[in-house]
Amino acid sequence: MDERRPDPEALLKQVRQEEERQRQGKLKVFFGAAPGVGKTYAMLEAARKRREEGVDIVAGLVETHGRRETDALLEGLEFLPHRPLTYKGKTLHEFDLDAALARNPSIILVDELAHTNVPGARHRKRWQDVRELLCAGISVYTTVNVQHLESLNDVVYQITGVAIRETLPDLFLERADEIELVDLPPDDLLQRLREGKVYIPDQARKAMENFFRKGNLIALRELALRRTAERVDEQMEHYRRDQGVKAIWPATERILVCVGPNPRSIRLIRAARRMAAGLRAEWIAVNVEAPSHIHPTAEDKRLLAEHIRLAESLGAETVTLTGHRVSEEILSYARLRNVGKIIVGKPTHPRWKDKISGSPLDEIVRGSGDIDVYVITGDAPESAPRSVEKKALSPWKPSEWLWVLSTVAAATGIAAVMFPYFELLDLVMVYLLGVVVAAIRTSRWPALAATLLSIGAFDFFFVPPYYTFAVADVRHAVTFGVMLVVALVISGLTLRVREQAEAARGRERKTAALFGLSRDLARERKKDRLSEIAVKHIGEVFLSQVVILIPDDRGLLVVSSTEVGTFALDEKEMGVAQWVLENRQAAGIGTDTLPGAKALYLPMIASSGPVGVIGILPGNPEEPFEPERIHLLETFANQTAMAMERVILAQEAQKERVNAEKQSLRNVLLSSVSHDLRTPLAAIIGSADTLLRKGDDLAAENRKELIQSIREEAERLNQIVRNVLNMTRLESGAIQIRKDWQSMEEIAGAVIDRLSDRLNGHTLNVQIPEDFPLIPFDPLLMEQVLTNLLENALRYTPPGTAIELTARVQKAGVLVELADRGPGILEGQQERIFDKFTRGRVPGGGVGLGLSICRVIIEAHGGRIWAENRPGGGAVFRFTLPVEGEPPRI
Amino acid sequence: MDKGLVLLIEDEIQMRRFLKVALESDGYRFVEVGTAGEGLSQAAARNPDAVLLDLGLPDMDGLEFIRRLREWSRVPVIVISAREQESDKVRALDSGADDYLTKPFGVGELLARVRVAIRHAEMQASGRQESVFAADDLRIDFAKRQVFLGAAEIHLTPLEYKLLLVLVRNAGKVITHRQLLKEVWGPSYVEHTQYLRVYMTQLRHKLEKDPARPRFLINEPGVGYRFKDEPGQ
Repeated sequence: MDERRPDPEALLKQVRQEEERQRQGKLKVFFGAAPGVGKTYAMLEAARKRREEGVDIVAGLVETHGRRETDALLEGLEFLPHRPLTYKGKTLHEFDLDAALARNPSIILVDELAHTNVPGARHRKRWQDVRELLCAGISVYTTVNVQHLESLNDVVYQITGVAIRETLPDLFLERADEIELVDLPPDDLLQRLREGKVYIPDQARKAMENFFRKGNLIALRELALRRTAERVDEQMEHYRRDQGVKAIWPATERILVCVGPNPRSIRLIRAARRMAAGLRAEWIAVNVEAPSHIHPTAEDKRLLAEHIRLAESLGAETVTLTGHRVSEEILSYARLRNVGKIIVGKPTHPRWKDKISGSPLDEIVRGSGDIDVYVITGDAPESAPRSVEKKALSPWKPSEWLWVLSTVAAATGIAAVMFPYFELLDLVMVYLLGVVVAAIRTSRWPALAATLLSIGAFDFFFVPPYYTFAVADVRHAVTFGVMLVVALVISGLTLRVREQAEAARGRERKTAALFGLSRDLARERKKDRLSEIAVKHIGEVFLSQVVILIPDDRGLLVVSSTEVGTFALDEKEMGVAQWVLENRQAAGIGTDTLPGAKALYLPMIASSGPVGVIGILPGNPEEPFEPERIHLLETFANQTAMAMERVILAQEAQKERVNAEKQSLRNVLLSSVSHDLRTPLAAIIGSADTLLRKGDDLAAENRKELIQSIREEAERLNQIVRNVLNMTRLESGAIQIRKDWQSMEEIAGAVIDRLSDRLNGHTLNVQIPEDFPLIPFDPLLMEQVLTNLLENALRYTPPGTAIELTARVQKAGVLVELADRGPGILEGQQERIFDKFTRGRVPGGGVGLGLSICRVIIEAHGGRIWAENRPGGGAVFRFTLPVEGEPPRI
Repeated sequence: MDKGLVLLIEDEIQMRRFLKVALESDGYRFVEVGTAGEGLSQAAARNPDAVLLDLGLPDMDGLEFIRRLREWSRVPVIVISAREQESDKVRALDSGADDYLTKPFGVGELLARVRVAIRHAEMQASGRQESVFAADDLRIDFAKRQVFLGAAEIHLTPLEYKLLLVLVRNAGKVITHRQLLKEVWGPSYVEHTQYLRVYMTQLRHKLEKDPARPRFLINEPGVGYRFKDEPGQ
């Protein structure tokens, strides 16, 4: 039951894709079997119809090949000017991508999707231009023929004998929102061709002979129809999935294809792609690096990388395995990934080779168990005969040959010493030891040379007749033979072990580098530092200069790494980086996009999207990065991106927390204020009402009392409002502290003067020494502190008791005290009374903000405020203020 | 009993009502308008003895009003401001207003400000210079440049005397830091408020019995100083 339900992950993925699609432009492809079927015509007709509907439509690039009927349709359409590009002395008119993006129409017409751009354009291929248009939200109408599809490339070649160089990745066609098949029966097409309606007449005949044979056209038509039918089928399945139709829900099939540097791998990849598309399966292209093969040549590496890139462009997951036995590695990986079908190439090498070294194909077939194995014309993935020849040309290293000579010489020397006392066989052992040493220290050919030299030396010096290469006893020939075989096996094994160790070391270096990066990144909390760490690590691993760019608030990239090891970007390079950020794709040297740039730029993509761009400047501009290195670089970029995202998320969470705190403060404030404002308001309204209604009847004494109460309650309201406003302004940062050299006596005087009519019989004793210095503080805020402290004392102490204000100079500052003889502070409350909304025990107090405001102000001045109970009763509030610098001289 | 005509420029109806009652019951005649524009034309037409100006008017910036009024009139202007308008208040004083009141204010305070402003303007207009000033037990003989507290003569330095003179001549009115510094030290000293702090402290210690609870030399934090000539007010 459950198995039939759509996988939630898959549904989520689908929803995300849908959302992504919504933002992007729509791609409509007019798909045909061959040139001349009328794709451009159909596209223009559709365009005209849309234009009549009032859609903003522009012809970006339309190739009419001089066809009259088609030309006629162009009338009245808006044209985008082409971009002239000079290539090999000729001026060619190319599609102007930037103009199209700037014009930003609803729909743009771009003919010939598989076209290859002239060097100097932004992208190598036109479909990449189209992809960028779609990303920018512009819908595209385009045309393409079936023979241009990447996965059908070899099939088309087989049918027509014409190699098509302009290819289009299948994935791109698959992402089209609409595909309209423009179909014309072959006879009609040939008729049109004869009538000269397809190409201009003198081209027609030549074309007809090569490509437009009826058989070809039928086959191509079949391909196009089948391709369209597959798509319809797929749409049907999508529809059923969307509608939750309880359909057959096939377990995802996986196909594995073995890929190597051999050019025949291309066929395997295309075959795998077709099979995967037919079965709607995932597919994995696997390359096995077998260390038993001596290091591949640069050419092999390039070919392999090209094949891997082809597989990727066709939608494969690509994996590189390392192991000694190709068959074992492939089978165990296939089991691990639950692969159902393995595709391998048919071997082309002579059979005897398999007899000697074993046939990997045979091993795969035998060991496959329940996995199907498809053998397709091509080559066994692991064999690469060309490379063996080239390996002979590995660089000549004199030091290795020196090792060979010295080990053989040393073995001979030791053997000479042993010769009188030991058997001949023991001397053989000494030579074998020499061969082992040579194999450890050198490569294959020197090791082989060491073997041969050892046998020669042994024969020359120790086998009678001495000092000739002649052999007296036939038995000795057997010794030589055995010695040769043993030496070869030992050196071979030693080399293999060493190479495996080297491969392991290489992997370990990568892992260590990655680990180093992620460890350092994990420790950091600041974005700028993250950039510096990444620059350092990547620079070290790739021996290159690295730059990290982070978008600012407007989405424009800004260089974030300022440490050594980065490089400066001019406007052009900046443009490339910006493109990378916006399109989330790599660009620059060594890629298909903007390959003219100095450096390679990779997007740093975290789970929520791109967080920046990494630029890397190759040490040698002639040698751009190999795909393998780019892969590693991508891993580094992603690591960095994830670390950055983590920091960004942490910052956001922090902001959220602060916001939540503010929100809760606001809530407390609201509830507290609403209560505290209402009490005095009730008294005011009540008193005023009484006066209004009964004013004349009231005794003068009562009337005065009511008026008095209105006055007092209003004053209380004033205090509350003042404190709430001050607190809000202090906390929101609206108040800035303006410190200035001030006189404490003066401020105290102002406060006392203002509160003098509220002293209520308290005796106020002020003790500020005559020579008390000027100290730096904000006069308005300090007035607030003293006012609040004094009001507090007046409110919480009985009338008539004494209040003392004293100030004295201390080490590195001053201490101000306000002491009363009231009831004192409840034990344990000394700290809490400075918290917001903490009120004293006496009714009729404020909102409980007065002391919190004091604390905020004093702490902002760099001082400290606290309260204690006095010996002998009462409370004392103390605060310190630091004095930094010298007061100005007069 | 006519104490003079007061023009109130204020857009809040409650404030107008309360001020009307307070001023009229104290013997002032009263004109009220709701906008600065009307205020200017009323000031020209009625020639009031004092203007009460709210700083938060809808049609014109208070500073702009004072600037325009000062082009042709020396009528005392008392600015009414809310607390968060500290800097506006000081700017208004520096650009020609005579005094200020911060909302909320008591009626006693209001009447004292108006009284001082009108008296000061009258004295300025008459050009009459008192030769002796007395407040409580403080006595200043301008001709002889002598200051007495009770019977004892207080010796002041020339700068202290000059400072006291400026404050006393404007007794009851607030004088901003800038104005004081400009009058006593000269226009190039207007930013040196610490001079004021030091000299005011010295002056207070010489003239006040309890310098921390001054009777005469009142500090208005953030604004300036005021010579309080009606102690106990």
